[in-house]
Amino acid sequence: MSSIFTLAYDAYLVASKDLLIEWRSRSTTTQTVPFALIVLTLFGFAFSSNRLTLQIVTPGLFWMTLMFVSVFATQNSNSAEASDGARRMLLLSGMSPAAAFIGKTCAVSCKLLAVEILLIPGVMLLYDARILSWQMIFTTCICATTGLASAASLLGAVTSDTQQRHTLLPILLLPVATPILIAATKAFDATLGIAAINGWAWVSLLVACTAINSTVGALIYGTLID
Amino acid sequence: MSNVVELHSVVALIGNYPALVDLSLTVAEREFLLLRGANGAGKSTLLHLCAGLRKLSTGTAHILGHCLHTHSTRVRCNVALLGHDSALYSELTAFENLQFWTKIARVGESCVPEALERLAINRKLWHLPVRKLSAGQRRRVAFAAVVARRPQLWLLDEPCAGLDSRSRQLIRDIVEEATQAGATVIMASHEVGVVERLAERTITLQRGTILKDESLEEEEKVPVPAKGRKAKGR
Repeated sequence: MSSIFTLAYDAYLVASKDLLIEWRSRSTTTQTVPFALIVLTLFGFAFSSNRLTLQIVTPGLFWMTLMFVSVFATQNSNSAEASDGARRMLLLSGMSPAAAFIGKTCAVSCKLLAVEILLIPGVMLLYDARILSWQMIFTTCICATTGLASAASLLGAVTSDTQQRHTLLPILLLPVATPILIAATKAFDATLGIAAINGWAWVSLLVACTAINSTVGALIYGTLID
Repeated sequence: MSNVVELHSVVALIGNYPALVDLSLTVAEREFLLLRGANGAGKSTLLHLCAGLRKLSTGTAHILGHCLHTHSTRVRCNVALLGHDSALYSELTAFENLQFWTKIARVGESCVPEALERLAINRKLWHLPVRKLSAGQRRRVAFAAVVARRPQLWLLDEPCAGLDSRSRQLIRDIVEEATQAGATVIMASHEVGVVERLAERTITLQRGTILKDESLEEEEKVPVPAKGRKAKGR
């Protein structure tokens, strides 16, 4: 029990440190929020003549945008560790790598959720989307965001020391994130009334994917950063 | 007095390059060992190895009684390494950086102001983001992070680089206090300054092997094998 408490406390320390760095630098916010809003606006213009097509592609567009935002957020999070040898200190702290992984995932998730809070009203306003179930939207966002953040944090650790990290991370992330993107898109299809499907079944798949990503990440993160 | 570092026939590779070659070394508790040698001689690699941050290719190594092969995590908890970089988060203040590291290391938070004061860091600088500090101030904050952790083994890689004479004297005093309090210090340095003169033993490294161990007062040149510098298949 005490080891779980220690893990949770260490994860909290890492997450709060990452969020404090983000609050001071605003490096992710200044990159991702304009990017996400530009994507929404551009696609709104591109499909302005065909509102029906725009409404059909809305869920996919939303989650693809979020995937790219997760790349920015993870790269910023990792660059803070890699810039001045701070990762070495993290290794020497004796902290469980699983705690570091959970902390980083939580911090990236918070950043993504903040962008989602801005994007959802944007989608409703620009694409005329109507939400049938706020409960499903909320659950989908939490699960998909955590799944994306855990995959991105894990792969971010793999790519952070490579010279091609800016291109390598999205290339590696896309295949891993595909099940999450599909499930989240389908769940959004259901809740936006685009398709008459059982959205909760897709949410269940999201929960499973997120659990797998998080477990694998917590288990192998130490080996990757070592 | 027990040995804090025990290395036997250690080989450490960086890629295919043998950075440490058949190196054997023991360092006793409370000892202050100075590592000397040209660039690329293996000083930093040896410090990283003692910190449990570099894997051995062959040989055996025990640091603070823990085997490096099997218990490198336990080693890491009890050592502090001050490398060439400061290992500080530039957006956090000096105080927040130390607070973070002491919380993770489960050292009381009271150590933070103590350490910053010990390194004579002006109180006005405590709450400035590290990126706004000068290189020398950052170096002192990084050293304060080592002091705050109170490790059993101090691994210092050029700790006086970029510091003025007053700061060097301060570091000399802190290192002396640490060894008197029971810590062991291994320091790599090119200089012959006030801190270096404190060392009771000096080892000179050349191409990853020990060329000279001055505490033994004998010069023992280790022959470098003609084909041994490059690993197979390189």
